[in-house]
Amino acid sequence: MSMSSGPTPAPSTAGDPPPLLSLRNIDKSFGAVHVLRSVDLDVYAGQVTALVGDNGAGKSTLIKGVAGIYSFDSGDYLFEGQPVVVHDPKAANALGIEVVYQDLALCDNLDVVHNMFLGREEKRGITLDEDDMESRARKTLDGLSVRTLKSVRQKVSSLSGGQRQTVAIARAVLWNSKLVILDEPTAALGVAQTEQVLNLVRRLADNGLGVILISHNMNDVMQVADNIAALYLGQMAAQVKAKDVSHGQIVELITSGRSGDLGLHPQQTGASA
Amino acid sequence: MSTTTTDAPDRVQPEDEGLAQAFRDYVQRLRGGQLGSLPAALGLIVLVLFFTALQGSTFFSAFNLANLLSQGAMIIVLAMGLVFVLLLGEIDLSAGYAAGTCAAVLGVGLTQKGWSLPLSLAACIVTGVVIGVVIGLLVARLGAPSFVVTLSMFLALQGLMLLIIGSGGTIPIDDTTILAIQNNNLSPLGGWILFVIVIVGYALVTGLRMQRRRAGGLTAEAPSVWLFKVVSIGVLYGLATFFLNQERSRNPELTSIKGVPYIVPIILVLLVVLSFILGRTAFGRHVYAVGGNAEAARRAGISVRGVKIACFIACSTMAAVAGILFASRDNSISPSTGGSTTLLYAVAAAVIGGTSLFGGVGKVSDAVIGGLVVAVIANGLPLITQEAGIQFIVTGGVLLVAATVDALSRKRAVAS
Ligand SMILES: Nc1ncnc2c1ncn2[C@@H]1O[C@H](COP(=O)(O)OP(=O)(O)O)[C@@H](O)[C@H]1O
Ligand SMILES: [Mg+2]
Repeated sequence: MSMSSGPTPAPSTAGDPPPLLSLRNIDKSFGAVHVLRSVDLDVYAGQVTALVGDNGAGKSTLIKGVAGIYSFDSGDYLFEGQPVVVHDPKAANALGIEVVYQDLALCDNLDVVHNMFLGREEKRGITLDEDDMESRARKTLDGLSVRTLKSVRQKVSSLSGGQRQTVAIARAVLWNSKLVILDEPTAALGVAQTEQVLNLVRRLADNGLGVILISHNMNDVMQVADNIAALYLGQMAAQVKAKDVSHGQIVELITSGRSGDLGLHPQQTGASA
Repeated sequence: MSTTTTDAPDRVQPEDEGLAQAFRDYVQRLRGGQLGSLPAALGLIVLVLFFTALQGSTFFSAFNLANLLSQGAMIIVLAMGLVFVLLLGEIDLSAGYAAGTCAAVLGVGLTQKGWSLPLSLAACIVTGVVIGVVIGLLVARLGAPSFVVTLSMFLALQGLMLLIIGSGGTIPIDDTTILAIQNNNLSPLGGWILFVIVIVGYALVTGLRMQRRRAGGLTAEAPSVWLFKVVSIGVLYGLATFFLNQERSRNPELTSIKGVPYIVPIILVLLVVLSFILGRTAFGRHVYAVGGNAEAARRAGISVRGVKIACFIACSTMAAVAGILFASRDNSISPSTGGSTTLLYAVAAAVIGGTSLFGGVGKVSDAVIGGLVVAVIANGLPLITQEAGIQFIVTGGVLLVAATVDALSRKRAVAS
């Protein structure tokens, strides 16, 4: 490929354990639209990796590829150091990858327990094991120190935006997952609820999970992220440690693909590489 | 002596909050737009009082109660099947003629073909399954709107039925077993044995579950709420059994007619089996999920197409059962069996009972309560007025009220 000498990702990860998820030279097109160009990404267990980028940069496409909703056209997908093939969501789930989608994908007409176990119900014989599901749901929520839910038997339609987000996140960690991906989890929330959800995201990483957080909100990113990966027009402009960069540098990476000596070379920021 | 009152237990055992708390929770749910069967149950009581006040002895008699149950049975059974389809937010307009077509297969099998009863019944049910498979495949595979697919089936089945029945016009049914279904009764003792089985069974199943969940520290009904439900269902069902065990023959010296009609245990068995499928199995849970948010269900790995096809099969199969009831009640099958208002009454029954036309909300028991409401109207109005026009308008009005309640409660649920 013409981009073999492309940007080296994660320049300052020396001393870290090997990454949980590694993507190398990922390409993806929809027909004539080249959405992802030779993208590299590393995600570490116990860290929050923020994936930032302008609208249309390719963030959702990248994580949908990780989640098995799309397949990448080319590139390497390594999970726990092993090359893996993920062609459908079940395969991603089997690896321990869970996604909290932007629209949450909850059923309003079902209660919290039903939603958390949707599609993966616990059974005893042919009947649903409601007792086991309820206590496991309760335990997971307690483990995440969630205190905002009155009852796990409430219908989701009666929950606030923050509570719904909490249920969607709790569902993702119910399955001994290793990597949780959150697509814009705070986009629709008020200040207090955003705070709750960000705390929850932080606790996921503190519990040892790898977390990818997609966000538009720089304050959110600076507050919880350990690692920041900036996509620019389908290319990975840079992946850096959050403590090494300023708010302003991130914004520059998002808007122009480069900031000082970080990011893409000038000739790479054009539409064609 | 009461200086240290700080032994707040770490794990709060759910205590008996009692009826008052249950009532408050219920009001809370009503406010949130989760009305359930409440309007229909209230409506049923009001209608019974209304017709009794106007036409006391004619309406509120053991004879008429039994007649009402047999009239309502087809509506209830059809509505039970429609609940599956309505839960998806789909519709099956062909269910009435599916019942007619399956009944025609039964009739032709028993008479012209000379098949045995089990074979004829099997052919009838298989016809229902096949109709469901065809509709399900068209809706789920092609993605054609169920309204259009089942409207075409409504016409096509009407034609198929004419072809099956042939030039004779009507097929008489004289098989005594088939006729017994809608015309014979349990003995009075049998009625009470059924009563004991149902009430003790209900009390045990719900009571043991409550105990187990309380012991496990899970959310559970309070014992007083459980007792209240068991007692009130017991009293209502006991009264109905007592009433139906009275002599209701016009001419008791000639023939004695008393006892709970066979159709009652038949409907109870269907109610238990279908409620179990919808409420206690993973498949049932997936039906609600697809109706609530099909995209979420798909992403959760649920086969949305499979669920849809299965629900259309359930609907048409229940239509076949309704077809058997038609054959039994009418002693014959004609090209109008399952036609006219049958389907509309069945849809009305499900919606009046509390099943939402928007999908995701409803229970099999809705079909029973709603079906009784429809049957009471269809049975009571002719006693007051012979004007068919008024009967149609009143029934239409009741359905409109139910649909409005459905739409308003959905709005509330979205807003809250
Ligand atoms: N299914 C699709 N078919 C065609 N183009 C798509 C599809 N999904 C995304 N795109 C295009 O890919 C680009 C990146 O989209 P997306 O990944 O959603 O960006 P982001 O999530 O960063 O806002 C956009 O130009 C979008 O129009
Ligand atoms: Mg997006």
